Amino acid sequence: MSATPSSTGSPRPSPETSPFTLERGLAAFRAEIDGPVAAFFSSCVHCGVCAQSCPFYLETGDPKYTPILKLEPLRLIWAAEFTLLGRLKGLLGLNKQVTDEMLTQWEELIYDSCSMCGRCSLVCPVGNDIQAMVRKTREGMVASGHAPEGLIGASVRAVQTGSPMGLQWKTLQVQINHIETSTGLAVPVDQAGVDYLVMLSSMEVINFPEYLEAITRIFDHAGVSWTLSTQCFEATNAGIQIGNKDVAAILVQRVVDAAVALGVKNVISPECGHAYTAIRWEGPNLIGRPYPFHAFHIIEVLDQLRAAGRIKTEGMETDRLSLHDPCNLARKSGVIQQQRNLMDLVAENFVELKEHGRFQWCCGAGGGVSSNERAEPLKLAAFKMKKAQIEEVEPERMVTMCATCRTQLEEGLEHFNMDIPVVGLTELIAEHLVEREPAEQAEGAT
Amino acid sequence: MSDPMDFLLLTKGPLFDLAITVFALGLAARILEILINGRRPNYSEARGGQWLPGLRTVLTRSVPDPGTFKRAPFNVVVGWLWHLGFIVTLLFFIPHIALIKSLLGLSWPGLPNPVVDLVTAVTLVALVATLVHRRTHPVKRRISTLEDYLVWTLVFLVVLSGYLAYNRIINPYPLALGLHILSAEVFLIVLPFTKLTHIFTAFIARWYNGASFGRRGVES
Repeated sequence: MSATPSSTGSPRPSPETSPFTLERGLAAFRAEIDGPVAAFFSSCVHCGVCAQSCPFYLETGDPKYTPILKLEPLRLIWAAEFTLLGRLKGLLGLNKQVTDEMLTQWEELIYDSCSMCGRCSLVCPVGNDIQAMVRKTREGMVASGHAPEGLIGASVRAVQTGSPMGLQWKTLQVQINHIETSTGLAVPVDQAGVDYLVMLSSMEVINFPEYLEAITRIFDHAGVSWTLSTQCFEATNAGIQIGNKDVAAILVQRVVDAAVALGVKNVISPECGHAYTAIRWEGPNLIGRPYPFHAFHIIEVLDQLRAAGRIKTEGMETDRLSLHDPCNLARKSGVIQQQRNLMDLVAENFVELKEHGRFQWCCGAGGGVSSNERAEPLKLAAFKMKKAQIEEVEPERMVTMCATCRTQLEEGLEHFNMDIPVVGLTELIAEHLVEREPAEQAEGAT
Repeated sequence: MSDPMDFLLLTKGPLFDLAITVFALGLAARILEILINGRRPNYSEARGGQWLPGLRTVLTRSVPDPGTFKRAPFNVVVGWLWHLGFIVTLLFFIPHIALIKSLLGLSWPGLPNPVVDLVTAVTLVALVATLVHRRTHPVKRRISTLEDYLVWTLVFLVVLSGYLAYNRIINPYPLALGLHILSAEVFLIVLPFTKLTHIFTAFIARWYNGASFGRRGVES
């Protein structure tokens, strides 16, 4: 327990130069063990079925990517310190130790080859929530200094600049100006007391500016009172991906502060998977109290507006469209029917991927895999599962509602020379809005 | 073991008491050491309940989703086969029911001996198949530990010794029966300290899983 990285011959920085030490890592593992973790490890019979749910195993065929195996460091701590037998074995010095060497080896397993998609948690016959334990294991990996450079960079940028990509408000302001010009609508900023605070992801702002424009048009159409906040516009949370509660709490607190400052009733998480998990599920626990507002994914809000008859659409997409459910949204948050209701509104030739909804297959890029440059080959390998699903139903376009999924689908399909464009569901809805007919109807904005 | 009858009496008497005691205390300790960890309070706004989804998952996780069945048919079919065979033999062999009645006062109708005999034979074959699978499937080979093989051996011996005793393949009978009882006692003694605890803790694990997903509005 008192082993320092230097005593184990690790290439990692010494405790004098780095706040991350094996000892802190072990303490973080320990702090993550709760009743469910103990029940899960007590129940594993090494049947290996979890591997059959993991795109990283299935597409590489390498058994080291078996999900339950990725948890070995956490399991060793549990076995040694949280079981009677382990404590007895400890007295005799019989427990296998978690060392820096081991954690170095496991870094690839716990980060590069896991998108935390949670499919394993749904198929494990004894009910082990493996994904939740991967999330927990990452806490110990960060604290012991075994997190990938790409994710460390994103976390540092997020804390220092407010965006994992270093994006500033002024960039967003330029985009807002463009949107206001092209739509003739005002993009509300820092409006207090409105119903919805709209959060964004940097990736959306940079890669998919059409998202904000779509929101602007839909909310104007539906008469929704909303705003952006100059205090905080970034919904993504690098702390959730790398697995560090301190970083994650700082980032969530910024969203909460912005929402409280403007006195909004609801916060909308953008077309992003992990941002939703961060804001909707982990956030209140990170700051240790319930929110004074509700948190929604944009797709939930759009479906509520649809159900209330506040979204009127015209015309249908006639080409063959299929849907990719983001893991964080569908399997991990139960947002499954909403996107289908919205698809029915605008697509007459919609075809489901065979395994969809809670049993969808991950795109391969989530859980920080896409921010971890060295994981690129694994990310592409895991995508082949999605590719096979898409090939099976041969859509002409794919629709999704997560910027990371969308980027991965676009890049992956491009890589395999598949000419299947990918669109965001929000913009698809915006394209079909019935033009409003009030007095200001003019020829300019079409 | 000079007198098979003495050996049988030993297994039915003091060894049985010892096994039951270690099993009961050990299992209680294991379940306690799970539950004592508890769960942190969850401040996020729940989308669904926990209790019912938890209980639902306790039941539904026994049956795989169609995709998993297609990808792991051996695990599912052979796994079901031998678990069911083991349970049927344990709970519906008439002498086992008599033993349970003497311990708990509960009893139910048994199955005809030839049926149980056939089920036992199928269970033995299925168990051998799981061992072959464990040694040949790359994932199972990679994740298997010494404990997996020890537990397999023990389960196999319990079923095998019962089969040999019933069919009078080992003689004299008191020795055969004594060996069967002894193997069952070893099984009970190691149960709380190996993956055999899943017989009980898998239901806790499934509940936690179902509760966590259910709270987020997902059937798991």
